[in-house]
Amino acid sequence: MAVTLTINGKAQAIEAAPGTPLLWVLRDHLKMTGTKFGCGVAQCGACTVHVDGQPIRSCITPHDTLENAKIATIEGVEGSAAAAIREAWIANDVPQCGYCQSGQIMAATALLEGTANPSDKDIDDAMSGNLCRCATYMSIRRAIKEAASNM
Amino acid sequence: MFLREIGILPGPASDAANDTSLPRFTNLSRRSFVTGSGLFVLGVTLTGCSGYVEPDVDADAFDLPDAGDSPLTQVTGGDATPSLWIAIEKDGTVKITCHRSEMGQQVWTSMAQIVADELEADWDKVEIVQALGDPRYGDQNTDGSRSVRYNFHRLRVAGAAMRNMLEAAAANVWEIDAAQCTAQEGVVSNTGNSDTLSYGNLAKLAGRLPVPPEDQISLKTRDEWRFIGKEIPSLTVPLITRGEGTYGIDVDRPGMVYAVIARPPQVFGSVRNFDDSAALKVPGVLQTMKMPDAAAPALHQPLGGVAVVASDTWAAIQGRNALQIAWDRGPNAGYNSGAFAKQMKATANRKGAVKRKRGDVDAGLADAAQRIEADYYVPHLAHSPMEPPVATAQWDGEKLECWGCVQDPQTSRQSLADLLGIEVDNITVHATWLGGAFGRKSKPDFMIEAALIAKEVGKPVKLTWTREDEVRHGYYHSVSAQHCEAGLDAQGNCTSYLHRTVFPPIASTFVKGMDAPTDGELGLGLTDIPFDMPNLQVEAGDAKAHVRIGWLRAVSNIYHAFSVQSFAAEMAHVAGRDQKDYLLELIGEEREIDPSAEGANYANYGGSMEEYPIATARLAHVVNKAAQMADWGRSLPDGHGLGIAVHRSFLAYVATVIEVAVAPDGSLRIPGIWLSIDAGTVINPRHARAQMEGGTIFGLSNALYGEITAKDGAIEQDNFPSWRLMRMEEAPRAFEVDIVESNAAPAGVGEPPTPPAAPALANAIFNATGTRLRTLPLIGANGNTLPVSQSQDV
Ligand code: FES
Ligand code: FES
Repeated sequence: MAVTLTINGKAQAIEAAPGTPLLWVLRDHLKMTGTKFGCGVAQCGACTVHVDGQPIRSCITPHDTLENAKIATIEGVEGSAAAAIREAWIANDVPQCGYCQSGQIMAATALLEGTANPSDKDIDDAMSGNLCRCATYMSIRRAIKEAASNM
Repeated sequence: MFLREIGILPGPASDAANDTSLPRFTNLSRRSFVTGSGLFVLGVTLTGCSGYVEPDVDADAFDLPDAGDSPLTQVTGGDATPSLWIAIEKDGTVKITCHRSEMGQQVWTSMAQIVADELEADWDKVEIVQALGDPRYGDQNTDGSRSVRYNFHRLRVAGAAMRNMLEAAAANVWEIDAAQCTAQEGVVSNTGNSDTLSYGNLAKLAGRLPVPPEDQISLKTRDEWRFIGKEIPSLTVPLITRGEGTYGIDVDRPGMVYAVIARPPQVFGSVRNFDDSAALKVPGVLQTMKMPDAAAPALHQPLGGVAVVASDTWAAIQGRNALQIAWDRGPNAGYNSGAFAKQMKATANRKGAVKRKRGDVDAGLADAAQRIEADYYVPHLAHSPMEPPVATAQWDGEKLECWGCVQDPQTSRQSLADLLGIEVDNITVHATWLGGAFGRKSKPDFMIEAALIAKEVGKPVKLTWTREDEVRHGYYHSVSAQHCEAGLDAQGNCTSYLHRTVFPPIASTFVKGMDAPTDGELGLGLTDIPFDMPNLQVEAGDAKAHVRIGWLRAVSNIYHAFSVQSFAAEMAHVAGRDQKDYLLELIGEEREIDPSAEGANYANYGGSMEEYPIATARLAHVVNKAAQMADWGRSLPDGHGLGIAVHRSFLAYVATVIEVAVAPDGSLRIPGIWLSIDAGTVINPRHARAQMEGGTIFGLSNALYGEITAKDGAIEQDNFPSWRLMRMEEAPRAFEVDIVESNAAPAGVGEPPTPPAAPALANAIFNATGTRLRTLPLIGANGNTLPVSQSQDV
């Protein structure tokens, strides 16, 4: 019952139990460990990936519902928004421990792809699902604005 | 000293410079050496040396003994191995060993800054090697905000020693005096001409030279620092933005299987019986294993329960869900946090053991014109690093190898040896990156669990704690009750202050039956109260632990600062005075405080009172600075308030001003925060600022929402959001940080911002609403509003 998933542009055959969330397929089966586990219940955003350009929580998304989708993860997300976000993240040293940051970057990239110049409210709405125990929120806000202005 | 003598550093000659017994690393006998010969030419033309081709240094041409038994010898990798910390490779790569755990405090970068500065390394060539757990490194327990404090000097010495040896190597190659050799940015230059030799080229020869003893190494002066104190970008961040870098949860071993554990709901509960037949039918589940039961003291023991091993983490979790387990509830089943809070409050209202005494507090209270008293409560807290505890273990029948997000690989190794009965020499512990830690990952119970399962299974095992596990089975921040009484004279000045603290001590986790707060914990913000009144008394009362108590970012400073700094503002209110002005008066005139002189058994975070005095001037300075940044005293819209708190912890001084906006329905916004820190010498101001932001929000998140409660001994919270953290939308829009310029010895940075956050918040809410909140959390996991009514007296 192999399922074929297209991840970062590459088709991959997956042998995992039906219903296994994408998160664990990425991490344990494909050893793509950039996508993180934080809660398993769609409350923290650490596991955020893009499915057809939209940010989703891979911890609650069964992998076998994604056969025809384009999946992008932190290892492979590209484009002008992703580039601007990465650059701003590095310029501002946004991450502390970094563990939540794959999810933060995926959420912020999706935000900039849809909203060229996000307001504080836009940032709140797009980013409040992503917890950061190190509390890099102020840096994230600064960096998103910087990335937007550099795009 | 030595470097000055050989002309590397400018400045006045010290006494040591005149000591002719100091060794000079010149005049080595050589077997052969061919300068500039085609045989040894590297083929690298160095910039700035027109026409000059750097010759390849042949270390074997020199007749050199081994470096011998120097405290700076030993390191793995590289040609030049003069110390534990530095290896320089032929291509010029400078590998710097970081023996502390990287958890977001940017210790990779700060340790490298210190070494590379004295080494005169080319920063672009620096790479970090994460140390194994090994006593050779000295203390590796990455907590207590002391990585810089403990290692600043020794890492500088190591870097300078290596630089010294590279210069000496070049002197031998050129057959000149070492005084004519200058190292800078990865290259040694001959000051007599413009010849240069790169570090990579010199490495092998330098590595064979004797390591100069510490008293013959002179360090750079402050104005010569190129990396220390500078805003050097993080070494980890570029990796993080690509999902690279290995956290504990990312470790992979060939043939690895995945495990989770169902643990007893109560600490020291146990499995009466279990049925795993349904679990074993879950696709991917391989086997189950009963874990050994735990008994007091908890130490780093696994908590017992049943492990499920599977072909991926998800299958293991599904298998765990399918287990049928009957538990024996054990000795802690009577623990209910509501009732316990009442008991602790009652204890705090009785006379306790006196821990510091000045004057006669009872007489002072009896004589007071006005008396006030207040009780404060701070609940248990969970650490909740975004990466839960995860470890991987591999057992080959003789040797055990473990990987994990541990704050202390050395203690982890020793605890593995103790609890598994394996020789410590047969155990290797790798510290990965830590996805946050906050004290939780100082306890390697999860690595011991992984090792026990790996021994049973015979394959590499990754043991993952789910978020539910992390929230339900932590080493919690201790719950506490505080009772304060003060007497004010007719002018409103405090003449007498009594403070009682009650909390189950951390020692209960390590020694059975420990119910009394320890001096170490009391020294975290209580016996070191910096207030100046004629009568002062600090007392402590006992409380019994019913869960594992651990340390969480800032530890006892959290409840001590909350109560002391809230009560200071309460006194100001009764005296009819401004919070900030009154706080400065409580701090009093400029002086250094020694709590030991008043009967306290005070450890000062392990620092000497000479190097790290309790200096009231530094406290007052940060208070004034934060107040000035916040424009303290400005007129504010209705429902807004500014609050201030100051606290010295981990030898650093932090004052925080918070502005709140409280709506009529009690909902809260935090428009701005202004913070000033004096942490002495700061290695990287950019990363210190990040700690100020993060540590403050950590404190506010706990103060607003954080509460771990127990019912019949079992923890009631399990995951977000029943255990709640602040989110982006709640983060302040303005957050300004001032880092005091200081030449004082380096103090802590990671924890000091946390203690003043909660009292500054409560004081701001009081100024906004007139309601004094003394019980944390202020809002809780399920609430939306503060318990305030704006009609109260303002
Ligand atoms: S792990 Fe998916 S949202 Fe937390
Ligand atoms: S950077 Fe550590 S959790 Fe966000």
